[in-house]
Amino acid sequence: MWSFHKWFERHSLLLLIGILVVVSIGGIVQIAPLFFIDSTIERVEGVRPYTPLELAGREVYIQEGCYLCHSQMIRPLRDEVERYGHYSLAAESMYDHPFQWGSKRTGPDLARVGGRYSDEWHRAHLVDPRSVVPESVMPPYAFLAHQDLDVRHMDEHLRVNRLLRVPYSDDQIAHANADAVAQATPDGDGAAGFAQRYPNVAMRDFDGDPAHVTKMDALIAYLQMLGAGVNFSTYHADAPENQR
Amino acid sequence: MPEAAGEKWRADVVGIFFIIAVGACLALMGAAWGIDTPFQAQMWTMLAAFILGGAALLSQIAKPPVADKASRYENGVIKAGVFASMFWGVAGLLVGLIIALQLAFPNIFYFPDFGWLNFGRLRPLHTSAVIFAFGGNVLIATSFYVVQRTCRARLAGGLWPWLVFWGYQLFIVLAGTGYLMGITEGREYAEPPWYTDLWLTIVWVVYLLVFLGTIWKRQEKHIYVANWFYLAFIVTIAMLHIVNNLAIPVDFAGSFSYSLFSGVQDALTQWWYGHNAVGFFLTAGFLAIMYYFIPKRAERPVYSYRLSIIHFWALIFLYIWAGPHHLHYTALPQWAQTLGMTFSLMLWMPSWGGMINGLMTLSGAWDKLRTDPVLRMLVVSVAFYGMSTFEGPMMSIRAVNSLSHYTDWTIGHVHSGALGWVGFVSFGALYCLVPWLWKRQRLFSIALVDWHFWLATIGIVLYITSMWVAGIMQGLMWRAYNEFGFLEYSFVETVQAMHPYYIIRALGGGLYLAGALIMAYNLWRTARGDAPALERASDVPAAGVLAAAE
Amino acid sequence: MNLDQAAHYAQTGGLVLLTVCFVSAVIYALWPSNREKFSKAAYAPLEDDNND
Repeated sequence: MWSFHKWFERHSLLLLIGILVVVSIGGIVQIAPLFFIDSTIERVEGVRPYTPLELAGREVYIQEGCYLCHSQMIRPLRDEVERYGHYSLAAESMYDHPFQWGSKRTGPDLARVGGRYSDEWHRAHLVDPRSVVPESVMPPYAFLAHQDLDVRHMDEHLRVNRLLRVPYSDDQIAHANADAVAQATPDGDGAAGFAQRYPNVAMRDFDGDPAHVTKMDALIAYLQMLGAGVNFSTYHADAPENQR
Repeated sequence: MPEAAGEKWRADVVGIFFIIAVGACLALMGAAWGIDTPFQAQMWTMLAAFILGGAALLSQIAKPPVADKASRYENGVIKAGVFASMFWGVAGLLVGLIIALQLAFPNIFYFPDFGWLNFGRLRPLHTSAVIFAFGGNVLIATSFYVVQRTCRARLAGGLWPWLVFWGYQLFIVLAGTGYLMGITEGREYAEPPWYTDLWLTIVWVVYLLVFLGTIWKRQEKHIYVANWFYLAFIVTIAMLHIVNNLAIPVDFAGSFSYSLFSGVQDALTQWWYGHNAVGFFLTAGFLAIMYYFIPKRAERPVYSYRLSIIHFWALIFLYIWAGPHHLHYTALPQWAQTLGMTFSLMLWMPSWGGMINGLMTLSGAWDKLRTDPVLRMLVVSVAFYGMSTFEGPMMSIRAVNSLSHYTDWTIGHVHSGALGWVGFVSFGALYCLVPWLWKRQRLFSIALVDWHFWLATIGIVLYITSMWVAGIMQGLMWRAYNEFGFLEYSFVETVQAMHPYYIIRALGGGLYLAGALIMAYNLWRTARGDAPALERASDVPAAGVLAAAE
Repeated sequence: MNLDQAAHYAQTGGLVLLTVCFVSAVIYALWPSNREKFSKAAYAPLEDDNND
């Protein structure tokens, strides 16, 4: 009667298929619905795709492994909301390929760090963290200020993102390389075009070095927009359509 | 060699040569057209590896090694795996010690104009080196050993197992040097870039086929349970690796890529992968080691073979659902969080079933623990497995997780599993393997094994207790309120409070590393021939068996 | 039937299916007549003569 299990014991391929069936169902049942259930991601005003410079800054953030010590996910717990701001919404990372929620807070959460500190503070802190926060254990990132940002392929970055359903326009892709420079060069020729393609986006010399557009520019531009987008005056967490 | 065997041998040479040639061409193109220096450096590394591989292959054709053909089993690749395991183990622990010291003394270990040694680049190097380089080599080597012995068949595929071995080392070198240059996909434990992922996929498929091929040649009807665990490990890791690393490169001549998924979907896919890397790489694979090496060393059959069957199906069925407990209170929908927590709690039962099965194998032979430190190491590893598989489900409870998540408690939990379970069971297996493979009566020094055992045990205790205290304290400080209803501590005050515990942790890690160095010395002396040699009837080639196996 | 409901049925059905499979494996493992076979299988690592 119980001979079916003999197949597993005698036939390695059946054992293999048995294993595959058992281990795939869990993933299919858990992960697949997230792509189809509408309520997974709230409808929120104010979340926009990254500008080319911010996207480059995000690449620096990933390359330097910032996610290993900083989370970008505020939990709906009283102390976290008071310390960091409104809890994070799924919509806020819907353009994040990959997500950077993190799993450890050796340093504080950065989900809403945008606009909290000045560019000068970020610059000083990144160059020498302990000059600003004496107890910090963060590594120094002075080298970012000396490395020019390579903007030659930003159009490819945007194009790949559009392939992944991030809504970039043809115009934005065509001017991506120039726009990366323009956002950090407010007095330059590209400023008007940038302002038209990315309305209401901060445009300034983030790293205090007008002669160069560096990785520091990009990283600070990214940090300064984190979590600042959502319009919480029009988003109501308690509304039925936002209950999950 | 028989005629048929010679022909087959040529087929594998042609296959490997094809892979090497295509790989070398692609690497050369990448080096020529690479859009950034780190990518070009990676391609040059790859090209050098393929050229060396091609040269090694040619020398194999010119002069096939006869020594190992004398044995009924293929042992050469396992010996190489033992070396590689020990090398990467020491390297990975050393990097771990460095980053532990960086957190304790940030002023003396960082260079502002030099990003290569920053924590953010070294931590993936540490985790990949200990999990994939050390753990992976231990798993590949032991699986090749166990599958041959329990199937009574020589390893399938001629030279293909060597492609698995060297291909895996290339994967490690590419990933590790890439991290130092800032090449990463930015998701924990899945950091290698797209081309390294593709290379690992090729190596892994060959690994699966070599393993299956050996099972197909077996002379036993029944497939021993350790092989089930190895098979589940190999197949599931293949599935997880492929799905989680789906990405589109920005440029085929560059390293950066964008994950196919974003935000909440990406998070769940990543932790489905991340948790099952623990479940199938660090648990199922090492349970296979437990099911072979503990009975073998204790000279007793496993306590309950029937329990091992239940253990197997329950474990692989439950583990795969547990991932969402890494995302409690996040923007992941609550139904998924609850599902993850429920299955994590249930996972406690099969885990302890396995622990009981491992421990009770010694019933009636407990006295061996006093005299044999290797067996003691294996048994203590199972005890640590029991401890961390109790702690894990506990931490997956939402209320507990709200305190423990984001703190060093998680780091402590991981290390009780990694140092106590994975580390000790691997050390035990390697201590068994070296005398067996190099035909020695025993290890060079049993006393040194004792030293290793106690140094490592004290190291683990220091590590996990300091991280428990640090983690719980940090979690409580984050949520502490003063009498006026304001948050009592600023974030940086909680960082400052970690300082003494980070020092204790580094000390614990240092002791563990010291133990591993003693082990490396002991194994090297054993292999070199400073322990008495062994004469065994079975070492003499059995011509009939060999022909049948080929 | 919308996707939420479909997901619900898939989850419930998958759970039931896998539970049945698992319970079958348990019953099989504990079935009295299989005892001897498993006792024999457990000796596989020990019967191998290529180790000390």
